[in-house]
Amino acid sequence: MTTNRSDADEIDFAAVLGPAPAMAPHLLDPLHANLAEAAAREGLLDVAYRTVDSPVGSLLLAATERGLVRVAFASEGHDAVLQRLAERVSPRVLEAPARLDDVARELDEYFAGRRRSFDVALDLSLSTGFRRIVLHHLPEIQFGRTETYTQVASAVGSPRAVRAVGSACATNPLPVVVPCHRVLRSDGSLGGYLGGLDAKRALLALESAA
Amino acid sequence: MNVKQPFERVVTQHGPTVLRVARAVVGSSDADDVWSEAFLAALRAYPELADDANVEAWLVTITHRKAIDHLRARRRRAVPVDEVPERASSAHDPAGRDDDVWAHVKDLPEKQRLVIAYRYLGGLPYAQVAELVGGTAVAARRAASDGIATLRDRLPEKTGETA
Repeated sequence: MTTNRSDADEIDFAAVLGPAPAMAPHLLDPLHANLAEAAAREGLLDVAYRTVDSPVGSLLLAATERGLVRVAFASEGHDAVLQRLAERVSPRVLEAPARLDDVARELDEYFAGRRRSFDVALDLSLSTGFRRIVLHHLPEIQFGRTETYTQVASAVGSPRAVRAVGSACATNPLPVVVPCHRVLRSDGSLGGYLGGLDAKRALLALESAA
Repeated sequence: MNVKQPFERVVTQHGPTVLRVARAVVGSSDADDVWSEAFLAALRAYPELADDANVEAWLVTITHRKAIDHLRARRRRAVPVDEVPERASSAHDPAGRDDDVWAHVKDLPEKQRLVIAYRYLGGLPYAQVAELVGGTAVAARRAASDGIATLRDRLPEKTGETA
């Protein structure tokens, strides 16, 4: 028998079995959805994520059991952001839209001009120390208003920490929802923005038009 | 340096392989359950998995454990006479285009079937296959070889025109 002649060689499975059966990608969708549900039920869904389309491009939304932990612009590289979440929060990361339904709806309303503030639980664990203090202050800047980095520094009780306010805004893990786009330079210029200046301009325009 | 990927990538990269292995071992009707149980168990254990581990081999091992649970449970409730319908149901399997071949694989003795699934579909070396099915690597290879020989005999029309 030909198969026994050279026992050290690999058996030619493909000659008899053909290639490994093809699996259409959509075939796994319901299995994946069930897995995400079961994971949430068993407390194993440490980070749930989904993407949404928006006027400032595709946004990645990620939430822990405590709340929204990350909003990321496409320019940050969604895959890179997910990798960092796996390292910093937990590798138990799954695409699981259900946990993000509320924030997705609120973002839709915001971009449609029907919402002025967000009402979802936030998990600020990616931000620590002074940066976190700044993030706590930012939602106090009302929709359609702006503050300067200097004003924010004073508001959080560290009037000389203007640059630190700048880096707190630049590393805001929850852009749009925590409105760092409402912070400008004292001369009225935009300063920087994680999602690019076009995105910052678009958000400010949206809020001044509404 | 190895860093652990988000589990989502593990599911996307290895989900199809796990489903193929599960189908070959327990058949289409139970394969979805085996897939789900395997990935849930993998998700649970994932943070403790060594960063440089072979993820696919690890998943095939977990799939094997879940599949064996199903085979045992089936044996407990099945009346021996009733083993036949599997072949009929796999004909309606929407994914597998080589239904005929895999239906014949399901009729092989369990050890041969498992060895072919873990070696050919799961990509495990025979030494690791042997750890799962028992016996030595040489015996595992022989079981695969015997299984393939049987399939060759049962599928005479296929062997001539495999290309």
